[in-house]
Amino acid sequence: MPIRRDKRERYVEVEVSAPPEPLWVRCESCGELIFRRKLQENYYICPRCGAYFFLSAKERISALADEGTFEEFPIPVIPEDPLAFSDQIPYKERLRRAREETGLFEAVLAGTAKVGGIPVVLAAMDFRFIGGSMGVGVGEILRQAMERAAQGKKPFVLVVSSGGARVQEGILSLLQMAKVVAARDGLAAAGVPYIALLTYPSTGGVLASIGSLADVTIAEEGALIGFAGPRVIEQTTGERLPPGFQTAKFALEHGMVDAIVPRAKLKEELVRVLSVFMGTS
Amino acid sequence: MTDEERLKILEEKAAELRRLAQENGLDLSSEIAVLEKKIAELKKALFAELSPWERVQLARRPDRPSGLPFVQALCEAFYELRGDRVLGDDPALRGGFGKLRGKTVAILFHHRGGTPEEQRLARFGMASAHGYWKAKRIMEVAGRLKLPLVTLINTPGAYPGVQAESHNIAGAIASCIWQMLRHPAPTVSVILGEGGSGGAIALATADRLLMLENATYSVISPEGAASILWKDAKFCQEAAEKLRLTAAELKRLGVVDEVIPEPPGGAHADFGQTVALVREALLRHLEELSSLPLDELLRLRYNRYRYVGSPNPAN
Repeated sequence: MPIRRDKRERYVEVEVSAPPEPLWVRCESCGELIFRRKLQENYYICPRCGAYFFLSAKERISALADEGTFEEFPIPVIPEDPLAFSDQIPYKERLRRAREETGLFEAVLAGTAKVGGIPVVLAAMDFRFIGGSMGVGVGEILRQAMERAAQGKKPFVLVVSSGGARVQEGILSLLQMAKVVAARDGLAAAGVPYIALLTYPSTGGVLASIGSLADVTIAEEGALIGFAGPRVIEQTTGERLPPGFQTAKFALEHGMVDAIVPRAKLKEELVRVLSVFMGTS
Repeated sequence: MTDEERLKILEEKAAELRRLAQENGLDLSSEIAVLEKKIAELKKALFAELSPWERVQLARRPDRPSGLPFVQALCEAFYELRGDRVLGDDPALRGGFGKLRGKTVAILFHHRGGTPEEQRLARFGMASAHGYWKAKRIMEVAGRLKLPLVTLINTPGAYPGVQAESHNIAGAIASCIWQMLRHPAPTVSVILGEGGSGGAIALATADRLLMLENATYSVISPEGAASILWKDAKFCQEAAEKLRLTAAELKRLGVVDEVIPEPPGGAHADFGQTVALVREALLRHLEELSSLPLDELLRLRYNRYRYVGSPNPAN
């Protein structure tokens, strides 16, 4: 889906537009070749084996927002590559590729929308964009989104899909945890509810900040919810991970989330939650 | 001859002179003083040139001043609180109330342990979920009593374990960040050694952030960054440079307010002087902050973190 270019061309060298989508998609879990439209109709769940596919931020938003109601916020002004970082490839190049591949400016998309007729501020993270990681860009988009929600007295809905902090922005990424919590405090001060949907994956610095501080927290079936990744735990502690560790069911049983909801029912669930707080009389 | 080799020879000579003076009752104090001055100068020069990776090694030294003995030396009195009231007590993250120049403050700190047994129990300063839930509880007590909060940070990171995950360590860290941002009194954090990722920022969203000269503060360990980004842990030296994790770099980035100099040879070389330097800086910043009205203090703190890394429209 091409994105309006006018807002972005000051910051991005190439036009941000997603590559054309192939007609057929292979399920990585069972190997089945699936016709894309059929996959879309099935909420990006493999019709054969039931495996969940990653949803892009745009797909998330179109699955949750009432049709045609989403309006993206303007892209914030942020310093690009604040540490002039490079590893095997320069970070600037990594950003350029992520933008080209996803058609997004950053790993989160935020704007106003209606959900079941209720006006909200809706933000969705995109794992395909450098692992959905949070650097200054993501932190800034989330801060502005929450502040707009607080000002407009609209509930804030965040779909988490993130591996954690963005390593290439070093300490500034770590400090985005403080930034988004500061903005979350503004929602509380305005008396505006915040609802988080945790998906696969919700880990690291994003879970240890904004992901864990919602008023209502819903886990999507198939979510991975944890601070440290399974490999880090095994390598650092030598512990064997129990079956079902860090799944949505594990999170529910350990008191971290309010509900587990299958992807097809997420919107319905969200409308129920919003209706309780906002009323639709 | 390298500076390190010259330093070693000078230190041996000084020791030899002291031994001679003692054994033979000679007065060699002026000769020893000359040597000691040279040693101090050389150490200073050596420490000024340390690479980020070498500072990482210094920050990780197990004999670096931190934990309970440091707090006991820092305060005129210290009373420890234990337990998070739900899960248990974590020896890796401790806290309580103490007096600094006669004024009561809450203090939270990582404890790496002195003896091998203590170190094992404290998981080398990696606090678990109940550690951070306890920290939140102590922040709440301090908040009720409107007491300033001091945190002393020295951790490789929060503990990545099955039990920590079962007890919602991510939620505990997030709650500490939130509680500290809302704290209704001045807050000052000092990074004494390693400031490792989420385990560090849980105690670091303060009005003022200070760092000892050879301490580090980073989103990830250099080894972790090397294995994720370079796919090879051998690149940890390069990662240490690229991450800008030293006190001097963080001061340049505006993340840290003040770098507290270390005694010649590093903080571990002179415990007493390190405590005195940290105490002086802490008292000075607490004093400055205490002159601000609470709403102004909170506004400044909130804005500091609200705009971190991006342009602050208020400036």
